[in-house]
Amino acid sequence: MIELRDVSKIYQIGDERVRALDHVNLHVHPHEFVSVIGPSGSGKSTLMNIIGCLDVADAGQYLLDGMPIEAYSENDLAQVRNKKIGFVFQSFNLIPKLSAEENVELPLIYQGVKRGERQARVKEALERVGLENRAKHLPTELSGGQQQRVAIARALVTRPSLILADEPTGNLDSHTSQEIMDMFKEMHEQGNTIVLITHDNDIAKQARRVIHILDGRLTEVNL
Amino acid sequence: MLSLKMALRSIGANKMRAVLTMLGIIIGVMALVVLVSLVTSATSTVTDKVSSLGSSLLTVTVSDDKGKPVKLEDLRRWVDKEDSVAAIAPYATASVTGKYALNNGSFTVYGTTPDYYQINGLQLLMGRFLKNTDIDNSSRVCVIDEQTAEDLIGYADCVGEVISLDGQKYTVVGVIETEEMSITSLFLGGTMTAYIPYTSLIRLSDDTGTTIGSFYIGAADGYVVADAERDMKQLLLERFDEDEDAFSISSVNLIEEAMSSISNVLSILLGGIAAISLIVGGIGIMNIMLVTVTERTREIGIRKAIGASRHTILRQFLIEAVVLCMLGCALGIFISWGILQIGSAIVAGTAMTFRLQGTVVILSVLFCFIIGVVFGLYPANKAAKMKPIDALHYGG
Repeated sequence: MIELRDVSKIYQIGDERVRALDHVNLHVHPHEFVSVIGPSGSGKSTLMNIIGCLDVADAGQYLLDGMPIEAYSENDLAQVRNKKIGFVFQSFNLIPKLSAEENVELPLIYQGVKRGERQARVKEALERVGLENRAKHLPTELSGGQQQRVAIARALVTRPSLILADEPTGNLDSHTSQEIMDMFKEMHEQGNTIVLITHDNDIAKQARRVIHILDGRLTEVNL
Repeated sequence: MLSLKMALRSIGANKMRAVLTMLGIIIGVMALVVLVSLVTSATSTVTDKVSSLGSSLLTVTVSDDKGKPVKLEDLRRWVDKEDSVAAIAPYATASVTGKYALNNGSFTVYGTTPDYYQINGLQLLMGRFLKNTDIDNSSRVCVIDEQTAEDLIGYADCVGEVISLDGQKYTVVGVIETEEMSITSLFLGGTMTAYIPYTSLIRLSDDTGTTIGSFYIGAADGYVVADAERDMKQLLLERFDEDEDAFSISSVNLIEEAMSSISNVLSILLGGIAAISLIVGGIGIMNIMLVTVTERTREIGIRKAIGASRHTILRQFLIEAVVLCMLGCALGIFISWGILQIGSAIVAGTAMTFRLQGTVVILSVLFCFIIGVVFGLYPANKAAKMKPIDALHYGG
């Protein structure tokens, strides 16, 4: 599913070279629920960007579904993100002037899915996150938890191979956080592959497999 | 279709700004459409007037008569023969000295026939113009213009007075209005004018004989000048052994030609000025699109993260710029239409009417589209080139 081989990423900040990822090796199997935990500055955002095909590594190899990502052009990467990856962000990242259903519809429009099918799939995705009666609302008219559920619906609607969540509970209270985590667990049980990135131990622990990241290096934690 | 809806929505999200942005385009289009329409309408009104004043005349000059000289009788026969020809008037000129009592002055004398009056659209003030009997009898009669009457005789009401042209006595039988802007008066400014029978000029001037070298042709009602020109050409070709170089036919439509070239120059000039304001409007669009792209950096990041390609983003912002331009264009055309309607209402009753010119409308629509594309391309490209991670983390 995901295979990182000796991946490195170096940022140049002023005169200083920061090694955000230092020869990282990682293997995630299909239907796994993995969480990556680390403090800020540990390189977990860089890892997420690379796994999410938002950025490419400086060295090493990244295989997604067996395909090497390094060789891809920017437009190819956009297609990979569109078809294979569903993103859930800390700050929800919904487009403010589009309604809930339009936000969920967007990745399908980019895929070129026909209108009728689009509507059916949007409806199904919103039902799955329990927001079918909030479809016409704008993000500003929804609570944080509801916005995150719209974002999850948007991630699910393309039936991606991988759901990539970056601090999905970071902006939510503990009660809502738990709701969202239950949703991830449910998605996992339904067969989705999930990589969850967080700095919160309680959240990380809820995954089957927990990986620590510190100074750009990974260590496997066995619970 | 979907992207069009999206574009309209993001424009609608900030109506005040959209209207202010479009103002440049609206004013540019208004300037273009209103000015060019005014010039064209005014010109066509004036040209109509000019052509109604008998400018539909042809001049024929025979340079080589092949031993078959054109006589007065030929002209009369041709008028009867060709339906498209209403009148033919020979003309020859001579410069003579005119005298009345103690006054004298240099004259340009036109020897012609009664048809000259109609063909050249002269206006009779008193008395009469030349008659056919004057031609037949080589009568010593003349028609002078008002200015000549005042200069030589001292007053305009001078029918019946006798003037002397190179010593021959001519009776004034009519006075015509002075042609103020006539081309001849421009060149021969200051000389006086008299019209006498062609046959009389033969006696007055050694240079003029019974052979006619030049004559005017007037087209008949219901025919255009081109019809008369075609028929006359046919006829003259037959007479002169199919030799096209033996004669020349030219339509003397100097006023119309001058009018149309003036109006073309004006249209291009005003259109050019309006085009500059359209370009300024386009820069305004580019400016606001750049602001929009910066404001929506995060949105661009989200769109890219969930799979929008460069091309998709480029198209989204380009369409937005073009839609903004076209909305401005439509508003501008609508306002122009209103202005022209009001203008027409004000000048109602005069011969003027102001109409929206179809060509300039099409031209401004095309121009606005091009401006939308040209000035939208840079901001749209800037949006398309953003890296998804940079755009996502922008401002939060």
